[in-house]
Amino acid sequence: MPDNTVTSKGALGAAKNADSADNADILHADHPPYLRHHFNSAEQQADAASFAMWLFLLTEVMFFGGLFTAYLIYRNWYYPAFVAGSHQLNVVWGTTNTFVLIFSSFTMAMGVWCAETRRRKGLVLCLTLTFILGLCFLGIKTIEYREKVEMHHVPGFHYSLQSFLDPASNPEVFKEYHDKPLALDMARHTEIYFSLYFLMTGMHAVHMIIGIGILAFMIFRARAGAYTAGHVTFVENFGLYWHFVDIVWIYLFALLYLISRHQ
Amino acid sequence: MSTNTIISLPDQTTARIPKDNFITRENGLLSWLLTGDHKRIAILYLISITFFFFIGGALAGLIRLELLTPQTDLMATDTYNKVFTMHGIIMIFFFLVPSVPATLGNFFIPMMIGAKDLALPKINLLSWYLYMAGGILAVYTMASGGVDTGWTFTTPLSTHYVNTNVLTTGLAVFIAGFSSILTGLNFIVTIHKMRAPGMTWFRLPLFIWAHYAASILMVLATPVVAIAIVLVALERTFGIGVFDPTKGGDPLLFQHLFWFYSHPAVYIMILPGMGVISEVISTFSRKRIFGYTAVAFSSVAIAVFGFFVWAHHMFIMGISNYAVLVFSLLTMLVAVPSAIKIFNWTFTLYKGSITFETPMLYAFGFLGLFTIGGMTGVFLGSSGTDIHLTETYFIVAHFHFVMVGGMLMAFLAGIHFWWPKITGRMYPEKISQFAAVVTFIGFNLTFFPQFILGVLGMPRRYASYPPEFQVLNVFSTAGATILGVGYLMPVLYLIWSLKYGAIAGNNPWQATGLEWQTQSPPLTENFAVMPVMDHEAYDYEWLEQQQQAHKETEAPHAG
Amino acid sequence: MNHISPTIWQFLVKWLTNFALFPPEASKIAPQMDALLFFMVLVSLIGLTIVVLLVVSFSILYNKKRHPVAVQVEGSTLLEATWTIIPLGLFLVMFVWGALIYFRVFTPPANSMNIYVVGKQWMWKAEHPGGQHEINALHVPTGRAVQLTLISQDVFHSFSVPAFRVKREAIPGRYTTVWFEATVPGTYHLFCTQYCGTNHSQMTGDIVVMTPEDFRKWLASSTSGASLAQNGERLFASLSCAACHNTRPDARGPNLAGVYGAKLPLTSGGTVIADDAYLREAILNPSQHVTQGYAPIMPTYQGQISEEGVIALLEYIKNLDSDYRVQQTLNTTDLSPGSEGTAPAAAKAPASKGTVKP
Repeated sequence: MPDNTVTSKGALGAAKNADSADNADILHADHPPYLRHHFNSAEQQADAASFAMWLFLLTEVMFFGGLFTAYLIYRNWYYPAFVAGSHQLNVVWGTTNTFVLIFSSFTMAMGVWCAETRRRKGLVLCLTLTFILGLCFLGIKTIEYREKVEMHHVPGFHYSLQSFLDPASNPEVFKEYHDKPLALDMARHTEIYFSLYFLMTGMHAVHMIIGIGILAFMIFRARAGAYTAGHVTFVENFGLYWHFVDIVWIYLFALLYLISRHQ
Repeated sequence: MSTNTIISLPDQTTARIPKDNFITRENGLLSWLLTGDHKRIAILYLISITFFFFIGGALAGLIRLELLTPQTDLMATDTYNKVFTMHGIIMIFFFLVPSVPATLGNFFIPMMIGAKDLALPKINLLSWYLYMAGGILAVYTMASGGVDTGWTFTTPLSTHYVNTNVLTTGLAVFIAGFSSILTGLNFIVTIHKMRAPGMTWFRLPLFIWAHYAASILMVLATPVVAIAIVLVALERTFGIGVFDPTKGGDPLLFQHLFWFYSHPAVYIMILPGMGVISEVISTFSRKRIFGYTAVAFSSVAIAVFGFFVWAHHMFIMGISNYAVLVFSLLTMLVAVPSAIKIFNWTFTLYKGSITFETPMLYAFGFLGLFTIGGMTGVFLGSSGTDIHLTETYFIVAHFHFVMVGGMLMAFLAGIHFWWPKITGRMYPEKISQFAAVVTFIGFNLTFFPQFILGVLGMPRRYASYPPEFQVLNVFSTAGATILGVGYLMPVLYLIWSLKYGAIAGNNPWQATGLEWQTQSPPLTENFAVMPVMDHEAYDYEWLEQQQQAHKETEAPHAG
Repeated sequence: MNHISPTIWQFLVKWLTNFALFPPEASKIAPQMDALLFFMVLVSLIGLTIVVLLVVSFSILYNKKRHPVAVQVEGSTLLEATWTIIPLGLFLVMFVWGALIYFRVFTPPANSMNIYVVGKQWMWKAEHPGGQHEINALHVPTGRAVQLTLISQDVFHSFSVPAFRVKREAIPGRYTTVWFEATVPGTYHLFCTQYCGTNHSQMTGDIVVMTPEDFRKWLASSTSGASLAQNGERLFASLSCAACHNTRPDARGPNLAGVYGAKLPLTSGGTVIADDAYLREAILNPSQHVTQGYAPIMPTYQGQISEEGVIALLEYIKNLDSDYRVQQTLNTTDLSPGSEGTAPAAAKAPASKGTVKP
């Protein structure tokens, strides 16, 4: 909350009559250049921006929540199909991706620290690492998606029940799990599993792409010292966003990849 | 007349609109289209909302015209289906949801809390552009074939059984949803972080409490309908099967996801209107709202309970009897805060000093019509009677009573109440009172017969109906014509008043809000001196002291 | 009543029917529902009157001319409590009363006669167990509890009979049920009330309520030649169900005689009552509904059988005695024991070929 001086001047507040350019200059001198004029103090501005980001993340929780609800219901109803579907995912790639993202959250957090402690080069390095790790994640996801396309496990695009009716036809997976063949009606329900898989990871990937785009912008600005002169709000709030995207992935990984993996 | 009104205008021979105000500060189209000023954005919204309202209204006119006769003779059945679908979509997403928040909320929330702007002005502008994008897409879709799924997009009809523009309409609604989320987000941050010194939560005008509650709903519920629309789009395009029983999916899942938003949506629509009513009733009875705390908490209670009642739209859809019990009980609970508010507003009149200017007339209309609408909601919330009444014209009448008789009346009350503050000019009082009465009569004639039609069993969304229902339908259409006139009049005289209306001065209503303690139209930065809140909300004694002090110093108007 | 002249009475009745505010009450539950509706209207009227009276009288007593100075009243906890508790109390009464009616409407009595209704764009198909098929019409007797088992072939529809005060959605993928007992012979509206596409407003029909005598006559004259159960028997054979479901001791599938209504243990643990919903699922999604002790080898018939086909199979299974042979009796809707006496079987049962369509 802003300073509560009774006269409520605030940093800029009491421009008594909106005139006098010299007055404005003098007044501008005692507040940072990035302070927007509808705020009373830089503190208030940072506070508001941070609160706004948390709220936004809450809306994202509700957004993904709908998908998680659908997932929970259908997993409950069609558990064997979900198991079979989950076995088709490459848990090595999935685990790698999880570590990639967790590490990228670490580099992001380091970046925020660098910004707060005014380490411009450190910030650029951390942001760049985060950016690369993000791209890594997307690269691995592309590999995984490609595998799924090849196996005809993409709903709506020549979806094939072969791997579920006859698990032996997919030797790699069969070696791991020795799945029993599913009955036809249960095999059909694997399409719902994969729909949710693509929806949830796809929605997550969209958020990653947006994040990576913003990171590119940030690296550019960070090199110019935009975030290491005391105005760290953007980096901090982006950090929140990035951590959120990471947490969503951890849930997705557990729910999609790790169904009944015990041997 | 002079003792029967509280209007207090400056001397018209010397009064002028203040030279420096938010309208004159900058010129040119771009200064409006790229503005960060919440007041300019509010005006942008006002113009666009009015535009969409009249499109939705024209569609309503077409519906009523078709229903004059029992046969489908005015247009093809497919066309009729498109007309009522688009009427619903445009009215709900492009008029009702943004109406009060995006216009009056945007304009007055910062002023009422003593701030210079909303917390996130650029996000505010983005909100408007998203709204326009969605709206234009919706109208374009309408013009290029329309959509005929009903505004409820029921699956599997919308996913597999229509070949109209479901995807583009879904996209339009999706975009508009983001506009709504960003507005709500902005309001919550602003109300939390930008209140003037001394402005504690319980000194806030009830308009703010109402918008705060509505914003919580906007922020938390809208994303769920966004994902529901995405799922429909994907099922329609790729046949993913989440709602398709032949693939193991469940069409009822869509119903749950859809109504999880669409029920809170109705509270998003009505709460801001209730906020307006609080301001109007207080001002025109010169009294603090009776039971301020109760009304404030009721707003929040409506928002919270509103999240837990969605399946009352699904009572006969085959959900378990026990689920029905739970949702019916919760629906009864959510009705109570609204009742509390009605009684608090009524008792605000007790020992007040009441005048009947146009905003107050609309507020009275609200009190009566929202009571009826709300009570009929209870008819529907009781699971037994819902069986007979659901999916009939009773539902149509119920929601039009609360939305049009309630919300739209509140919107008009607010527009008239704050018109002098926004424009610096008064609207013509006599003709506007006349328009209010015409609207009230037209409304009742249009929608009351529909309650009877519903009890008689006439289904909704029917282009043709058994002949014995015709008389009531004719009454309804006749009322709709009158209602249309009642809505057209304000547009005309309000535009007239921009040039010829009396100069309003700072506080023509002698109201207590912070927004009335500054010039009309306001400065871009809202206040010349940022206010400090050292009195309670609706403090008419404080106001009197201010007016005394002012009289003594005889300060001239600024500018 | 004796003092009112017959002409005036006639006029009144005509006037009241033409300006009826309620549909005719033609079922047992209708007056009960109307009673609650009336109560609600009364409470609303009283509530509205109170609000309007208060607003009007305050406006008169305290308008500015008469009462130029307002008296600031903060509030009154007593009043708040009053107008919280009284409305809450009234709403809770409506909740309980309504819930009772709701449970009544959706809990069919054990001896109700079942009629299947399949909704599709844009017509209603009713199937009586005796093999009578109706389109956009439904004949029912008075004095008998009638249960409707509804399902949709495509989109959501809703079966609505205002005169009975009942309504139920017909949903694709699962059965829904509703029951009523008609009381007054006559013809009443049937509406589809869930928007279902282009001809939603044409998806209407007639509910014809007849005395039991007339109903029996109608059944006799409307038969298609085979009861639903007989059609089901044919389907059972043509789909080779008997290959696994038979009375042999080494049968690969459970014996279906008497299974309807029985408690079945499932391989997934837990037990289930073998009702319509279960049986339908067992035909279309067998792998999740395997009876304990049997291998999950039953193939799914999803896509190979229409909703009418499933209904026919269900009727067959419901009427199965120990030797998988359905009785030749026709024209009764009472093939289960404990019902009214069987009507004379007016026809032989030559297998006029299928109204069945696999």
